[in-house]
Amino acid sequence: MIIALIGNQNSGKTTVFNQMTGRNQKVGNFPGVTVSKKDAPLRGHPEFTVVDLPGIYSLSPYSAEEVVTRDFLIDEKPDVILSVIDTTQIERSLYLCIQLIEMNIPMVIALNMMDEMRLQGSHVHIEELTERLGVPLVPISASKNEGISELIDETVRVAKAGQKPAKLDLCSGPAHRAIHAIMSLTEERASAAGLSSRYAATKLAERDPLIQERLNLNLNELEAIEQIIVLMEEELLTDNLAALANMRYCFIDEVVSAGIHKGSGENLLTQRLDRVLTNRFAAIPIFILLMALVFWVAFGLPGSWLADQLTSGMGWLTGRIDSSLTAAGLNIVLHSLIVDGVLAGVGSVLSFLPLIALLYLMLSILEDSGYMARVAFVMDSWMRRLGISGAAIVPLIMGFGCSVPAIMATRTLPSKRDRRLTNYMIPFMSCSAKVPIYGAIAAVFFPDHAGLVIALLYLLGIYLAVLLGLGLRQRPDSSKAAPFIMELPTYRFPSFLSVSRNLWQKIRDFLRRAFTIILAVTVIIWFLSHFNRNLNFVSSSDDSLLAWLGSAIAPVFNPLGLNDWRIPAALISGFTAKEAVISTLAVMSGATVETLGPTLAALFTTPSAIAFLVYVLIYTPCAAAVTAARNEFGNWRDTWIMIIFQLLAAWAVAFIAYGLALLWGISSAATISIIAAMLLLPLVLNYRAQRIQPV
Amino acid sequence: MTLEELLPGQQANIINVGGEGALRRRLLDMGLTPGTSLEMGKPAPSGDPLCIRIRSYVLSLRKADAAFVEIDSVTAAASPCGNCYGCSRNPRQEQGCKSRRGRRARRRGAL
Repeated sequence: MIIALIGNQNSGKTTVFNQMTGRNQKVGNFPGVTVSKKDAPLRGHPEFTVVDLPGIYSLSPYSAEEVVTRDFLIDEKPDVILSVIDTTQIERSLYLCIQLIEMNIPMVIALNMMDEMRLQGSHVHIEELTERLGVPLVPISASKNEGISELIDETVRVAKAGQKPAKLDLCSGPAHRAIHAIMSLTEERASAAGLSSRYAATKLAERDPLIQERLNLNLNELEAIEQIIVLMEEELLTDNLAALANMRYCFIDEVVSAGIHKGSGENLLTQRLDRVLTNRFAAIPIFILLMALVFWVAFGLPGSWLADQLTSGMGWLTGRIDSSLTAAGLNIVLHSLIVDGVLAGVGSVLSFLPLIALLYLMLSILEDSGYMARVAFVMDSWMRRLGISGAAIVPLIMGFGCSVPAIMATRTLPSKRDRRLTNYMIPFMSCSAKVPIYGAIAAVFFPDHAGLVIALLYLLGIYLAVLLGLGLRQRPDSSKAAPFIMELPTYRFPSFLSVSRNLWQKIRDFLRRAFTIILAVTVIIWFLSHFNRNLNFVSSSDDSLLAWLGSAIAPVFNPLGLNDWRIPAALISGFTAKEAVISTLAVMSGATVETLGPTLAALFTTPSAIAFLVYVLIYTPCAAAVTAARNEFGNWRDTWIMIIFQLLAAWAVAFIAYGLALLWGISSAATISIIAAMLLLPLVLNYRAQRIQPV
Repeated sequence: MTLEELLPGQQANIINVGGEGALRRRLLDMGLTPGTSLEMGKPAPSGDPLCIRIRSYVLSLRKADAAFVEIDSVTAAASPCGNCYGCSRNPRQEQGCKSRRGRRARRRGAL
């Protein structure tokens, strides 16, 4: 049996889902965290499957998520709808709810955020609401795990009894009459199409093209319906959409005034925070400071101290295993596989776990607090200059964590152009898997300024994304900005449970990757770099299979100052997972965690190390991210265009960076002036774009 | 007048929602129906998008989209400075403003 979780964005559906199933899905306090449906068995009732659907505000035919939810409800026929409501915003939540009730599927309403209602001093008359809505209601506070077991019991009971909602009468004159007239006209068609007649009639009154198609109406019927609608419009002196929205909200106002006693306690915290965080002068500096804090905690003192501890711990462990294996007299090939392959490769990646965990921790605290929606609000006018909606800032910031969820989150953006462009920009936001590469190389070539170099790489990525957006706006035909209509959620103190769940999930993912895909790549690379073409074990990797393969591609990278065959080999392995670049370099050079530094120093010069870092920043993200992008583009052709674009852009920018680094040795003044000119480029592009098409 | 002309802190009722297609549908779905009262909040730093308090939640929308929403005559905020949407940029604010900026402005005779 299927339980469908449906509710507004940010109503806490995913928290309810996690509580009901014991899963660890990612949650956050900004609209649209859940973008694709997820399912899991109900705790204690394995015969039930809970499906978490994306958050929606209505069942209109305009937005992709709303159509997905509608189709799911019609085609998959869930046994019960569990409608999750943010009780502090009950009016807007009920708007979706009563459209769901019209579908005539057994239903339970979860009144979430009851803890906040109590704080406001508000009171909910559950019996009154139940009677007026004709659907059982259960008050809960999902984040505090209150009322969840009652909710599960009630949902199971309603599903087993097949208890459909009582007939709602949103009596409101002409609109009501029109719906009933259409209902009597299309009742048979609706039941033939497997729809509730009430739902079909309401959608037809909205002139919903998808339902008109589904019902197979003939011209006569369409005309008769049109006449009914026109009559209603004339009577109400407004059009059909406004009439129906009005009818629903009138009914809701009645229900709410009878069933809810609103307390006077306003949410002062949100008001006070907003006064500062969206302040005219302070908003942008605070945003920059917060992001700087996030990166300082991850890559500055706290993160690097933890990473150092782990590295030395791992070095000690490797040494112990190495000496005990030698003492045991193990076969030299096996010994090499364990020490040079597994320990060197996986170990070099594992030592970056603290950095990545801290970065995720900070980002998920920001997400949970509700600040991200403010960032979208504050940044909208700037983002529009790049030709995308302010809402795109959320996936872009998520991109600093991992490109895969970030690319999936673009689905909530309002227009196709927004989604495409954001998908192109996300890989420019250095994901956390690139941190090991930056960290290892910067520590060797810029020991005193490693943090600065990493910061500059992040900024370079942002700069390139800006350039891309502005560049594409030069075309006069670039479409107009899609509407930006977004809820600003109440600030909530990040729940320890949810933050730690997100974090644990991420650590587990990272460890799983380290011991599966990165381990596998490491072993393959070890094999390729320790055996020659006749499959004989070789002591020096210069004679190996991999050297032979790498040398074939190496000429491509010669202009970047990257002459060694190991570099293209490492870059190719990075396609499986970015961390693999550094583990591959370690394995191929026969380095351990502790000797990685000198090994890298021998592979690169300072200019070529810069070129390498820049190349890594820009070139194609890992296979998982490419697959996610393919799902968003919907075809392989556009995906291949993106891959080729990324490879070419990476090469070109790395070439420029290498040239500038060489020039620095000759004349630092010339280098600085070229860089300054490049920094002015966005301003020029923006000026030109403004003239072609003002924002 | 239309919604984007409303100043921060002012309240009004919606008369009509114009526009078409997805935009209009979205505005109506988010609760901007005729007869609903709303209050203008402080806009984003660049003055666009705006934010309004409606049906006990806060909604942000762009000026260009707000221009489709017709509203009736304006009433000043019921409780001056009683909400987050400060009165410093509201020239119609007359008395009772308790914020430091408002008091200073009154002393200077700016209001």
